[in-house]
Amino acid sequence: MLDRRDFIKAQAVAAAAAAGGISLPAAAQSSMVAGEDTALKWSKAPCRFCGTGCGVMVATKDNRVVATHGDMQAEVNRGLNCVKGYFLSKIMYGQDRLTQPLLRMRDGKYHKDGEFLPVSWDRAFDEMASQWKRVLKAKGPDAVGMFGSGQWTIWEGYAASKLMRAGFRTNNLDPNARHCMASAAVAFIRTFGMDEPMGCYDDFEHADAFVLWGSNMAEMHPILWTRITDRRLAHSHVKVAVLSTFEHRSFELADIPMIFEPGTDLAILNYIANHIIQTNRVNKEFIEKHCNFRMGQKDIGYGLRPESVLEVRAANAKDPSDSKPIDFDAFAKFVSTYTLDYTAELTKVPKERLLALAEMYADPKTKVMSLWTMGFNQHVRGVWVNHMVYNIHLLTGKISEPGNSPFSLTGQPSACGTAREVGTFAHRLPADMQVANPTHRAHTEEAWKLPKGLLPAKVGYHAVQQDRMLKDGKLNAYWIMVNNNLQAAPNSANETYPGYRNPENFIVVSDAYPTVTASAADLILPAAMWVEKEGAYGNAERRTHFWHQLVNAPGEARSDLWQLMEFSKRFTTDEVWPAEVLDANPSYRGKSLFDVLFRNGNVDRFPLSEVNAEYANDESKDFGFYVQKGLFEEYAGFGRGHGHDLAPFDTYHQVRGLRWPVVDGKETRWRYREGLDPFVKPGEDVRFYGNPDGKANIFAFPYEPPAEEPDKDFDLWLVTGRVLEHWHSGSMTMRVPELYKAMPMALVFMHPDDAKARGLRRGSEVKVMSRRGEMQTRVETRGRNKPPRGVVFVPWFDSARLINKCTLDATDPISKQSDFKKCAVKIVAV
Amino acid sequence: MRPHHLAALAVLPFLVPAVLSAQNAGGNAEPRRLDSPFRPPVNFVEQNNTPAIPPDVTDDRRVARNYPEQPPVIPHNVRDYQITLNNNQCLTCHSRRFTEAVQAPMVSITHYVDRDGQTLGAVAPRRYFCMQCHVPQTTAQPIVPNTFTDLDTLVSRPSDRGDRR
Repeated sequence: MLDRRDFIKAQAVAAAAAAGGISLPAAAQSSMVAGEDTALKWSKAPCRFCGTGCGVMVATKDNRVVATHGDMQAEVNRGLNCVKGYFLSKIMYGQDRLTQPLLRMRDGKYHKDGEFLPVSWDRAFDEMASQWKRVLKAKGPDAVGMFGSGQWTIWEGYAASKLMRAGFRTNNLDPNARHCMASAAVAFIRTFGMDEPMGCYDDFEHADAFVLWGSNMAEMHPILWTRITDRRLAHSHVKVAVLSTFEHRSFELADIPMIFEPGTDLAILNYIANHIIQTNRVNKEFIEKHCNFRMGQKDIGYGLRPESVLEVRAANAKDPSDSKPIDFDAFAKFVSTYTLDYTAELTKVPKERLLALAEMYADPKTKVMSLWTMGFNQHVRGVWVNHMVYNIHLLTGKISEPGNSPFSLTGQPSACGTAREVGTFAHRLPADMQVANPTHRAHTEEAWKLPKGLLPAKVGYHAVQQDRMLKDGKLNAYWIMVNNNLQAAPNSANETYPGYRNPENFIVVSDAYPTVTASAADLILPAAMWVEKEGAYGNAERRTHFWHQLVNAPGEARSDLWQLMEFSKRFTTDEVWPAEVLDANPSYRGKSLFDVLFRNGNVDRFPLSEVNAEYANDESKDFGFYVQKGLFEEYAGFGRGHGHDLAPFDTYHQVRGLRWPVVDGKETRWRYREGLDPFVKPGEDVRFYGNPDGKANIFAFPYEPPAEEPDKDFDLWLVTGRVLEHWHSGSMTMRVPELYKAMPMALVFMHPDDAKARGLRRGSEVKVMSRRGEMQTRVETRGRNKPPRGVVFVPWFDSARLINKCTLDATDPISKQSDFKKCAVKIVAV
Repeated sequence: MRPHHLAALAVLPFLVPAVLSAQNAGGNAEPRRLDSPFRPPVNFVEQNNTPAIPPDVTDDRRVARNYPEQPPVIPHNVRDYQITLNNNQCLTCHSRRFTEAVQAPMVSITHYVDRDGQTLGAVAPRRYFCMQCHVPQTTAQPIVPNTFTDLDTLVSRPSDRGDRR
């Protein structure tokens, strides 16, 4: 018989079990310690979320992920995860996983306004192929396009690049990374001739000062923030400066907090350059030997549609990338107008803080690490502002050595590894090569064993341009993979949605979950995600890391890699390549795109027997060869021997990632400096070998105002962004109950006085309205984000409240990356 | 109502959608509409009314973890808690020396270990910002259920009556 105490305990256990969705047979209560039946298989994988690239250990049992934790052996995070990372175990188990293709149908046929109905993969690809062929026949390759992702695995991005450029002969391929770090990537190439940071995360343990330029690392890169916190709290001389347009969690660690007027970071950076020059702290030997100076183009417009008044009015909107050589004196003169007085007035930052910040850079004894993400990159002058931070590191020679590090962070797990290194941008090829360069195309044709002259030279549509061309009916067959662009794209109600629903267009969305984007598609393809496939990502510090397939995907869901390769079987070269290419190369006639792209003697070179027998590999089993290894080895051939060197495929399955260039089995932590980088020869000291003259470029640019500013009708700045608990559009994290409950909806964060002035208070239901659209939510006045008066912050993770209906589709005219941080709105009570 | 009854009610929103699960297999399913599950049956064009901001759960009841290394969620009010360069209010209850007085759980011993694996005399600096991993829970109910199954449930399934395949 139960006594009272036992009874209460039994009740409590049952209630707790019910709340957790756990069934609890009586027999289970005896197995309180780990026995044979609780043995888990642990395998390594990188985290699925941000560009930090933490290592996690994943436990599987009976074909399910049952636990995850931070990998002690992963150098990036050494056992830690953020709250999202700790809940990785649950991201694949949202109940509404897509498990079969869904096609809009009416009366048994595809219909643009039909209802989504389940179809077989065959039926799905038949419809898709016939739509692609219709469009190719009517309008040619320019009317076909694909929007990919910095979440693609390396081989998925590589296969997509081959299919689009060599198969369909179009460069209308762009990743959502365009919205994320295109400005950073473009500035890297223009400054150093090579993409990606020279330093690495080891800089965190060496720097004396950290400067966050518009970045909220406490929420968006929490594990890197733990390394800064560790350094700051354990070493009293270390200082942290946090710059933003509103106060957020990273301010909790700030020695120098700075709230500046949106867009005026340009002036702060020129002021710092001026301060370094005026106080004679320029590293003259360094700039003499290692730098060129250039005058940049001014008044370059805002990347809006060409008929927009702002573009018509801009003097140099047509050639925004131009620059001409100048000398140091001309540069010094150019920045001399950015005095402390002028800058303090423009930015509204107190003078003593500006000075303290400038001293972090100017003082030769302070090792300084600059960090930035979307605040810099999502900026109508994003390329400029990236250049400007390199300027101050180059003027002082504080670069390419432990602790002195301008460091561009990334938001997606393979923004670097896939979008940039593989080259899935509309203008890029693998290993920093460019589609507009005939030599680069010829090299690529050779590496891919394709006929000469096959690859198209015309730069494709970038992300925002794709949306515009879909709307205008010039881009008609469109495949969206691993991204949620209808939630992510700017001015979505006017510039994105109309293109998806344009009756001339056929829109395909591959995703694991039914996102907002999927709801506006014509065909939805169910995708395998994360450890349901063998994968590889590249993080922000040039670290390439691999994982095995650990569980099977649900239902008929298939990886993007399988989808891309399988779809290529539906086209023959005769259907998609020009007659003159086939006439000159008759041996390619009558072959499928699968044959010429993936059975080319490279990709199909490794037999199934090389797949690790302990792990499944659905794609390789299906195609009959080790697909991932073949793709990776063909791809790695592009970079080996000239600074993009990747290790052999099998090595990456053994290690916790390696930072390229990997030479003689050794990774490279700091590039461009003798003794640290094997590509710098003895006696060269520093060599920025991406540029033929070995020098980095310092550019002079002015402050120019944002595309839109608050006025009497729309009287508040709108800044959008992310939150700790959700990753990007929330399609994964909003399906994890603990993360959902921690942050269930996107609120508008505003100053209590701004609320009061509008008759509002915390919890008031409001509309956030811009000239373009509106979004309904509630007011938060005491949350973690504390905007100054005149600024509101709204995160974009919430698919039920789409703030991008309000944002402006202005881009940086050079990088074509949209500015999600600066537009004008008003807030009215509902 | 007693707490365990509340807990039993809380489970309902999980169960109802499970019954209504739309993703049934087979090629001859009935015609049906698919929208984003966050906004059924609304589509991109329509505007949603906004529910009230849900309050935090502050019942001080511990919630079982999904697996041992999951950071426990915060079951109490943390509004205006200061965690700054000078002060960490969480540690005024959860650090070793205060736990007896306030009967709060001590932070895990893992939190005393630094990046190099050395155990320190106090909480390691890299663990300083508690809410990077531990988050409060609001009363909001997830719209999409999650079918994650923990290990104990997996290994304690009904007996297959000795028919081990």
